Amino acid sequence: MTGEKGAEVVLRLDRITKRFGALTANDGVSLTLRRGEVVALLGENGAGKTTLMNILFGHYVADEGSVEVFGQPLPPGNPRAALAAGVGMVHQHFTLAGNLTVLDNIRLGTEGLWSRSDAGAREKVERLSRDFGLAVHPDAKVGRLSVGERQRVEILKALYRDARVLILDEPTAVLTPQESEALFATLRKATGLGLSVIFISHKLHEVMAIADRCVVLRHGRVVGEVDTHATDKAALAALMVGGELSLPRAEARAAGAVLMRIAGVSTPNRGASPGLKMVTLELRAGQITGLAGVSGNGQAALAEIVGGLARPAEGRLSLHGQEPKVWTPGEALARGVARIPEDRHHQGSIADFDLTENAVLEGYRTRFSRRGWMNWRAARAFAEGIIKGYDVRCPGPSTRIRLLSGGNMQKLILGRAMAVGPDIILANQPVRGLDVGAIAYVQSQLIAARDRGAAVLLISEDLDEIMGLSDIIHVMSQGRLSPGFARGTMTAAELGLWMAGQKFEGAHAA
Amino acid sequence: MSEIVDILISASFWAAVIRIASPLILATMGELICERAGVLNLGIEGIMVIGAFTGWMAVYQGMPLWGGVAVAMAAGMLFGLLHSTLTVPFGLSQHVVGLGVTLFATASASFAYRLMLPEVTSPPKIEPFQPLDIPVLSDLPWLGEALFSQTALTWAAFAVAGLVAFTLYRTPLGLAVRAVGENPAAVEAQGLSVTGLRIGAVMVGSGLMAVGGAFLTLSAFSSFFFEMVNGRGWICVALVVFGAWKPGKAVLGAILFAAFDALQIRLQQTELGAVLPYQLFLALPFILSILALILMSRRAEVPAALMVPYNKGER
Amino acid sequence: MRLEPIANPSAARRLGLPALALVATLGVAMALALVAGANPFAVLGQIATGALGSKLAVLETLNRATPLIFTGLAVAVAFRAKLWNIGAEAQLYAGAIVAVVLGTGALGSPLVLPVSALAAMLAGAVLLLGPVLLKTRLGVDEVVTTLLLNFIMLLFVSYLLEGPMKDPLGMGWPKSPALIPEARLPRIVEGLRLHWGFALAILAAVIVWVIQTRTTLGFEIRAVGQNPEAARFAGMPVNAVLVKTALLSGGLAALAGWSEVAGLKGHLSSDLSPGFGYTGIIVAMLALLHPLGVVVTAIFVAGIFVGSGAMSRAAGVPTYIADMLMATALLFMVLAILLTRVRVVRG
Repeated sequence: MTGEKGAEVVLRLDRITKRFGALTANDGVSLTLRRGEVVALLGENGAGKTTLMNILFGHYVADEGSVEVFGQPLPPGNPRAALAAGVGMVHQHFTLAGNLTVLDNIRLGTEGLWSRSDAGAREKVERLSRDFGLAVHPDAKVGRLSVGERQRVEILKALYRDARVLILDEPTAVLTPQESEALFATLRKATGLGLSVIFISHKLHEVMAIADRCVVLRHGRVVGEVDTHATDKAALAALMVGGELSLPRAEARAAGAVLMRIAGVSTPNRGASPGLKMVTLELRAGQITGLAGVSGNGQAALAEIVGGLARPAEGRLSLHGQEPKVWTPGEALARGVARIPEDRHHQGSIADFDLTENAVLEGYRTRFSRRGWMNWRAARAFAEGIIKGYDVRCPGPSTRIRLLSGGNMQKLILGRAMAVGPDIILANQPVRGLDVGAIAYVQSQLIAARDRGAAVLLISEDLDEIMGLSDIIHVMSQGRLSPGFARGTMTAAELGLWMAGQKFEGAHAA
Repeated sequence: MSEIVDILISASFWAAVIRIASPLILATMGELICERAGVLNLGIEGIMVIGAFTGWMAVYQGMPLWGGVAVAMAAGMLFGLLHSTLTVPFGLSQHVVGLGVTLFATASASFAYRLMLPEVTSPPKIEPFQPLDIPVLSDLPWLGEALFSQTALTWAAFAVAGLVAFTLYRTPLGLAVRAVGENPAAVEAQGLSVTGLRIGAVMVGSGLMAVGGAFLTLSAFSSFFFEMVNGRGWICVALVVFGAWKPGKAVLGAILFAAFDALQIRLQQTELGAVLPYQLFLALPFILSILALILMSRRAEVPAALMVPYNKGER
Repeated sequence: MRLEPIANPSAARRLGLPALALVATLGVAMALALVAGANPFAVLGQIATGALGSKLAVLETLNRATPLIFTGLAVAVAFRAKLWNIGAEAQLYAGAIVAVVLGTGALGSPLVLPVSALAAMLAGAVLLLGPVLLKTRLGVDEVVTTLLLNFIMLLFVSYLLEGPMKDPLGMGWPKSPALIPEARLPRIVEGLRLHWGFALAILAAVIVWVIQTRTTLGFEIRAVGQNPEAARFAGMPVNAVLVKTALLSGGLAALAGWSEVAGLKGHLSSDLSPGFGYTGIIVAMLALLHPLGVVVTAIFVAGIFVGSGAMSRAAGVPTYIADMLMATALLFMVLAILLTRVRVVRG
């Protein structure tokens, strides 16, 4: 695509091994990157991609192996040395200070702490944002920027330090398809100017679109290295998951009655994230309703209302045609709403509680106590039931949940939610960060619940997931909700235009 | 009412306001630096005690007054190092460690005092800082007494506030401190040391708190008493909130606060003082602090990473 | 350096490190003795003898432990919910004031003891309610407000003792009149100087333990303390739990003051508490917030204070050594507890 093949090697990772306790996150991983090249690092969650890059960038120290940049060995565990050697990293979770301006975030750490501020900084930032097509105002407070703008700031940070190697960790996870295209354009400009890029992803079509070469990781090992023009998506997918599993796809079903309806709901804005704007949504029995959109567009506010954490400031909510007088998480649970929270570590579980305690978090009052006295025997039996029924791999119900893998943690949360035979299920990013096996399990459970007649609301940033599972798809953008699109009536690109908010103006949303 | 007006227009009142505000400004700046870097330092009360004691003891042992200030600063930084070692790399509860440091510092001062002066019943006096005579300005009518008859340490307190504001907002160092209190990951990604910045900030901040304590023994009074800090540290924690984590506003808050304190002392000698119990006047600073916290509760922009320890492993 | 969680810490690690913290504290004690020019071993011996060397010493230690059990429980209950109640000192005085108000003739026997105990608990609870509501409603940090309330309370007590509550027969001393005999807590065994407050304190510890392990409230308190976001998501009334915790905590702290007045002193003076409220924090932390552990650590801490007093008279090391040891033990202990769960690794 760009750069001359066989050009100078800019980066060489040599037999990197990193262990965390019993887990080997990287096992003898080697990788080379040449000038002007885009190398994709492909692998499912937990394959060791992020760990490898954190070693390269000096956040972690490898147990074995070495890193060379432009032929010089890089001292381990020193982000400053990595920066100085010309390695720039755009983290999956942005590393920006929201109270500072764009310019200050970029300048941070580039000047001697005891010196005066560099007067030429602004000019350089403005020049870079022109050259690379990264439009963002230098004096804007980062806390007020959109996700896409923040990512541009992250890239500017690296360019400002004259990075020759750019590492992007899952950069498109938070972007609309159109924003992703813009990012790719920036990356092509960069490689044209002689920069090299490592692009971490698990999205095959993106890898095929942008990368020259592709290194596939599985269980911490390199399982394949191929030129993208000499392979295809199916081959990469097989390499990535080792032919283990394919994800379930839901068959279309006829929808039943409306179980939950929210009508004309608006909520106030919260800082930079927009509130809901006159949202109307119906959840029908026997249907998976998919909610697509870039995160931070009001999904959290909607999930709070469906899950009972907030009342609509304006508009109405009804279940089975009735408007509840009080609307709290407890009330939602009592009315058969099951919730799988967006963040299983912070919302879904209590890290130092054991599995029994976590299993009864939602039902302790109604099902596992009498007159204020806990019935721990019943609680433990309940936890054991979930462990068996949902294949939670663990030493037993007295294990602290923090010791479980993400997949097993999610299975426990799923089991807890499903135990009451809910007829409305809120699944907020239910498979984020899980490995393929757990993803397949969780998704098949959601499909099974739908087939049983439950109404499922699936919120996800992953358009592939939404399109694979949903019977009807809505898109959220800036707090507005698109009309529902039946399965198979929209392409990803069309949904992307809705995600970017471009379709709303004319449509006068539902 | 006319009595209050009389008090408010008297030069000696304003001189007292500035005098009372000085130690508060020093310690508040210290706390502000710590909190801006993301560390709540509840060691402040004890560190002020240590500063008051060591500064005074150094001078009593024959050091010059500025030597006493330096000793207090160093002692404060030492306790700051203790605090930050436990709260920054180890990420221990800033509440518990802060109170532990306060208890430890207070006990250390009492222990050392008793050890060095086992027999005395009333503490010996030293010769404290004297008001500086500034040519022309000190001789101005009213203004000379109200503003320009302060000790060097008072001038230093205001200079420190200016320096802190300048450093925070105009230098790369200040930028890094503000960033580390907001998002430590941002600082580390830019190649700076989160641990280094935070420990440094807590040490410098604690040094300033100790100088604030030393102001009491070296400038305001001339002796050391066990109870002399008497909650001033906690008031400074409230002042940081009141000042919305901004040095300028915090200084204004300290002056406002000192004005109320100076007023209540004078009101005690009026008819009002005869009617109301003196304890009410003494409680005024604490009541005001609580009111200040309530007033600012919804408005202030708290540093986002305040009290959130940073561990590289947990990303 | 970086901290890495340990999946299954060994028993040696879980018990050895806290033990090491205590040994290190003893080391500090010996170093301080050396600094003071005394024989370190003799000083340790004298502290031990002073605390436990005679029947009188043991009783003195247990009497001293009584308010510390109450304040330690108050802190342990609150800290479990991550409610930073540093105001046990003020709540203690609230309980003491109630003991005097109801115990000096306002109420006749035999109701006076139970009624004044309940009223004292209510007073302490209400005193903590303010800061907690400010926290839940307005987000005001309760550490600072409870600390500031301590100072306000002490001034209020001083006002009472010099004004409306002054003992006319006190010969000018700022103290309250004495309690009527019916309002006094009797001794557990006639002839032994140990009052029923001690037994009540142990009973309180058992009750708190039962609440924490067996009731839904205890479950809620622990959940809210560990992860309020998850507790809220699961449908727990987080603010209501904090309020209930505050009522419990404030009530327990108030009993400390109530039992000191009704059991030991018989009147209120402004030196009733030499910082029992603050020492309660140390007691609770050393007990790892376990209510039954609080009883043990309160007796231990009381022993250090009583023993240091005796040692100081004999060896000339300032009694403040006890305060230094307590603060040191606290800091060592929190570090030791952390290191039972994580190890320090490079990079």
